[in-house]
Amino acid sequence: MVAVNTQKLFSVTLRVWRQAGPAQPGKFVEYPAKDLNPNMSFLEMLDVVNDELAAQGIEPIAFAHDCREGICGTCSCTINGKPHGPGKGVATCQTYMRSFSDGDTIVVEPFRARAFPVIKDLVIDRAAFDKIQQAGGFITARAGSAPEANALPIAKGDADLAMDAAQCIGCGACVAACKNASAMLFVSAKVSHLGLLPQGQAERDRRVLAMVNTMDALGFGSCTNQYECSAACPKLISHDFIARMNRDYVKASFRSAFKAAPANTSGGGA
Amino acid sequence: MATLNSKIPTGPLAEKWRKHKTEIKLVNPANKRKYEVIVVGAGLAGASAASSLADLGYKVKCFVFHDSPRRAHSIAAQGGINAAKNYQNDGDSVHRLFYDTLKGGDYRAREANVHRLAEVSVNIIDQCVAQGVPFAREYGGLLANRSFGGAQVSRTFYARGQTGQQLLLGAYSALSRTVGAGAVDLHTNSEMLDLVVVNGQAKGVIIRNLVTGVISRHSADAVILATGGYGNVFNLSTYARGSNTTAIWRAYKRGACMANPCYTQIHPTCIPVSGDYQSKLTLMSESLRNDGRIWAPKKSGDARTAADIPESDRDYFLERLYPSFGNLAPRDIASRAAKRVCDEGRGVGTTGLGVYLDFADAIGRLGEPAVRERYGNLFDIYHEITAENAYKAPMRIYPAVHYTMGGLWVDYNLMSNIPGLFVLGEANFSDHGANRLGASALMQGLADGYFVIPYTVGDYLAGQKSGSRPSTDGAEFKQAEDNVRGLSNRLLATKGKQPVSYFHKKLGKIIWDHCGMSRTKAGLESALQKIPALREEFNATVNVPGSAETLNQSLEKAGRVADFIELGELMCRDALTREESCGGHFREEHQEADGECKRDDQNFAHVAAWEYQGDSKSPLRNTEPLNYEFTKMSVRNYK
Ligand SMILES: Cc1cc2nc3c(=O)[nH]c(=O)nc-3n(C[C@H](O)[C@H](O)[C@H](O)COP(=O)(O)OP(=O)(O)OC[C@H]3O[C@@H](n4cnc5c(N)ncnc54)[C@H](O)[C@@H]3O)c2cc1C
Ligand code: SF4
Ligand code: FES
Repeated sequence: MVAVNTQKLFSVTLRVWRQAGPAQPGKFVEYPAKDLNPNMSFLEMLDVVNDELAAQGIEPIAFAHDCREGICGTCSCTINGKPHGPGKGVATCQTYMRSFSDGDTIVVEPFRARAFPVIKDLVIDRAAFDKIQQAGGFITARAGSAPEANALPIAKGDADLAMDAAQCIGCGACVAACKNASAMLFVSAKVSHLGLLPQGQAERDRRVLAMVNTMDALGFGSCTNQYECSAACPKLISHDFIARMNRDYVKASFRSAFKAAPANTSGGGA
Repeated sequence: MATLNSKIPTGPLAEKWRKHKTEIKLVNPANKRKYEVIVVGAGLAGASAASSLADLGYKVKCFVFHDSPRRAHSIAAQGGINAAKNYQNDGDSVHRLFYDTLKGGDYRAREANVHRLAEVSVNIIDQCVAQGVPFAREYGGLLANRSFGGAQVSRTFYARGQTGQQLLLGAYSALSRTVGAGAVDLHTNSEMLDLVVVNGQAKGVIIRNLVTGVISRHSADAVILATGGYGNVFNLSTYARGSNTTAIWRAYKRGACMANPCYTQIHPTCIPVSGDYQSKLTLMSESLRNDGRIWAPKKSGDARTAADIPESDRDYFLERLYPSFGNLAPRDIASRAAKRVCDEGRGVGTTGLGVYLDFADAIGRLGEPAVRERYGNLFDIYHEITAENAYKAPMRIYPAVHYTMGGLWVDYNLMSNIPGLFVLGEANFSDHGANRLGASALMQGLADGYFVIPYTVGDYLAGQKSGSRPSTDGAEFKQAEDNVRGLSNRLLATKGKQPVSYFHKKLGKIIWDHCGMSRTKAGLESALQKIPALREEFNATVNVPGSAETLNQSLEKAGRVADFIELGELMCRDALTREESCGGHFREEHQEADGECKRDDQNFAHVAAWEYQGDSKSPLRNTEPLNYEFTKMSVRNYK
């Protein structure tokens, strides 16, 4: 048999941000969380605490979650000051209670950023991310119009790098981790994913200009190269993509100012 | 009694879809914008449908309960998507994909639907690549493939272990493009709580805004539900916590037939349950069975660690029982085999509910870096959850609920028995029969949304006068809205002692025990006693704190669990009436001497489509015969 987890049950104190609605003031409130199993996930711990609160007639803590396996990007807690908590390369839902010790006080807040207003307690509004995507985060390809898939070979290196960028789960931890609340990592991941592929060349200039301009208009801050974003990112998206996007943006601005030919169409990317 | 006309086109199997497309009615381009279509759901099926219909020129309104369409449960699919490209030159073809899928479903799906699915599979890959989906590639730059269960060819396309994510982000990008262009009116945080039927046709929905609590009415010329599967009826499953049955259940209560609700899929390779606080089970993709070998100790009660059990004391039971498919036997078969091993006392781990999935051979053969390249993220997930290193010791796995083949009944055009109500993706029952093969749900969702509904919705709309959308002031809309308000008020007013989670866990256990991997008459009968009692307890003692006017997650859950309780009862009823074993539906009374499914084609080669008759009456069981014109229904053999 596999080693039994013999760690004992333990208890912590939660200091949780409670806020009844977007326009109401919020505050931290403390609740005990008792008899925790180290193999519980952080969100399972919140489930248990919530059932106890409800039994006491206290409204449960609202928190966002869905897949609980680090892929949907819904969960969004800042735990002890760190977006998604203490682990590296994981989302809130992949944080396990074994990362904490008996007697700890754990501070839990929503991701904080001007462009992500609080809806209730730990739930935030990230509609701004969708708006950036709607501005240009796509390759126009109507159903029915696509050529044979293998007609366009793509070097494995380019495809792999595009996939590295494409893994972004749209959680917003990068924004919450940045002292300027910049969305550069998120936007650069999408711009790079599509810009690295030959299919993405036709709209490359248009895409980067539209996405970056929309990002600015939505109240995200600017990037000052501190790279807290990559460190907090559950998919460890590299900040190299920001530099890549900056180059793309400059070239695209230049070309659009002079209305010269669009970006090269040979694929691969700069 | 509902009329179930499958509307399967006549003619040779391989010609049906092509012929149907040329005969189907069209709406002319200038008229399309006069029609409004509501799409509920924006997973693979809904997002591809909404964007494709908008590109055609229809006015589209799309509702999702998620805060963004990118969060739909499709995002979590790991392993891959099938397509009959035959890029490997290993003998694949549209016919073979058709045949494998039909056989995989244990001859309980419609031939014509499955054939169409196989036909359009090749277009899906083209479409996704054109959108920028970064599928895995070979060094030469061409697309790579892997193998999945139930097939002897390599036809599965993948993007690392995140295929669903990449396909959904592709569909989401198309949806975002059409939203940005003003062609789709997207409503996030918006849960559909009722369907509005006017003069027998689906003409609208009632929506609750989950953030503000505001309830609104929306009318349309047609309504499409693409709201996913109902596996969370089991409470513990590989589904996202929010996945639910509400949209299709409420449509059922408005007259749409629910087909084969007892056909659910239990996936063989998931991380075993560790405690009663547990909220979800995590899948370890089927792709792992390409290189991982499944085994259990030969002796029952063997307490040695995996490393201490010599080869001679190990039973690689899938390889032993199914030599030609081995570890790639279909899911239902692999799951039941693991259950039998554990029932014999040969299970591993603290609970005894687990078997090993071992990569030692693969690491020896390919080296650890190659295994890491293929499956690294899955090994990481396994480590996060269990704190164990699967490069060093084998994974422990156990079957868990994963997919629901049942769903709303639809005809060949994907229209339910309520005219104007279309159902796509996992929410319908159409293509997988009694068992779905791996990598075919993503294929079906995108087939439905990109390549089927754009044609078939036009056929229906062409028969509707443009501008004939009913006003939302009508009596049917008012009645539906009152119904929704009444339900939430009742839940909030109960003010009992038990949290919603208490009922969900209890329901899940009843369904898992009696309507899970194996079922018996006695067990199902007892479940049919327990579930109504649970429903009464729920109605009398559920505690839903807060109000209806703000974000209230307890209220959302309560509404969903109330629907699951009712659906659970129907599942058991369906399983009890189906006196045979087929695919994922295994009735212990009906098995071959070697423990395999014993189908009864004489009496059960049909779809069971249940029709609601009111809360106090038993539902009606309608049947649609499955006529196999081109394939012989044979005994599935994977030996
Ligand atoms: C862990 C996991 C791995 C999988 N891996 C694979 C794989 O490798 N290959 C494969 O082929 N299949 C796989 N599957 C199955 C496959 O992912 C699903 O069957 C498929 O993605 C379902 O897509 P869908 O569009 O039908 O529904 P979903 O993606 O579930 O989308 C449902 C949509 O409906 C919305 N919705 C639901 N109810 C309402 C309502 N009442 N009101 C408003 N909106 C609503 C949601 O917001 C969402 O947008 C996997 C499944 C799981 C659980
Ligand atoms: S870049 Fe990383 S942190 Fe930012 S949204 Fe994407 S996954 Fe989240
Ligand atoms: S809940 Fe989906 S990423 Fe955390």
